[in-house]
Amino acid sequence: MASQENKLVVIPRDEAKIKKLWKTAGILFVLTSIELVFAFTLPRGIFLYLLFIALTIWKAKYIMMDFMHLGEEAKPLFYSIVVPLIFLLWFVIAMIREGSDIFMVRW
Amino acid sequence: MSTTATTVGLSPKRGIWGGGNEPLKASYGKLMMWFFLLSDIFTFAAFLIAYAAIRVSYPGYAGPADGFVGSNEYWPVPDLVFDAFPFFHGMHLPLVFVTLMTFILIMSSITMVLAVEAGHRNDRNDVVKWLLWTILGGATFLGCQAWEWSHFIHGTDGGSVITYVNKMGQVVTETVFGANLMVNEYGPAAFAQLFFFITGFHGFHVTIGVFLLFLAFYQAAVGVYERRGHYEMVEKIGLYWHFVDLVWVFVFTFFYLI
Repeated sequence: MASQENKLVVIPRDEAKIKKLWKTAGILFVLTSIELVFAFTLPRGIFLYLLFIALTIWKAKYIMMDFMHLGEEAKPLFYSIVVPLIFLLWFVIAMIREGSDIFMVRW
Repeated sequence: MSTTATTVGLSPKRGIWGGGNEPLKASYGKLMMWFFLLSDIFTFAAFLIAYAAIRVSYPGYAGPADGFVGSNEYWPVPDLVFDAFPFFHGMHLPLVFVTLMTFILIMSSITMVLAVEAGHRNDRNDVVKWLLWTILGGATFLGCQAWEWSHFIHGTDGGSVITYVNKMGQVVTETVFGANLMVNEYGPAAFAQLFFFITGFHGFHVTIGVFLLFLAFYQAAVGVYERRGHYEMVEKIGLYWHFVDLVWVFVFTFFYLI
């Protein structure tokens, strides 16, 4: 930032850092494959759905922390993104309750 | 009095009230990208929660997998609906194609993060190379989605016999092929509507993302960012692109797996 020169200095690759990024992608591939295997081997039901949701949130954590570097941001920024998501919890509970009530009325 | 203020990132000349401070230690553009993404998370969450609410208001298909017939009386099992693959007509390949799409998007996500990483190192050649790969991944994903939509709209060879209220307001029973916003051969009308709106809204985001990536690719290639002194634009577009991947992870689970 100090100097406004035209030629930027190219910093050499940090292979360890790049390797870590590929490892994260590998984890995402594996978790997706595990989900797919579960979809065809486990019986459908609330247990399987909770398993899918847990795996999905796990994958989301990898994407947000390693790819979007949210963990490296200042703490207030981190919390201002993550804490509002708590509202979704109630949204999910309320709407699923609503849906099952409609089910009771309709069928 | 002023000792407490030193924890905040102060601009050296103007002090705490003079503006120009960055308590969140991120630039304005990056901050606004994050807050935009937060609002977008709520939009997509609303879509997916609406899907969940409507889905639990219908009974699920409980019969055997090989005897599946579409009906608007019950919600279909997604892996019995999305079982087609290009050039393998009539074969039952459940979820293979959407898994391929997921892998393509994860792949484009890793090339994007490598472009961002190259941007931190001011490495113009690497930024251009990885952005090009990301554009390729994004465009491939869009092509896959176009095929997926086309198949969903045109439907299977057999179709399904559905009783529904048509445009004239009459109750009709006929063989329905494919899907539109009024009726579809797979399940209740809401099933196809949610499919079009959720994957469509996501596809729209991917399209915007590919345009933005192309912009970043072009500007990086002609040296705009080099003259500017930093590659922050690549980072901001990278945030958006990873978000698109993040949303697809959720769409994949809630629409195709559950």
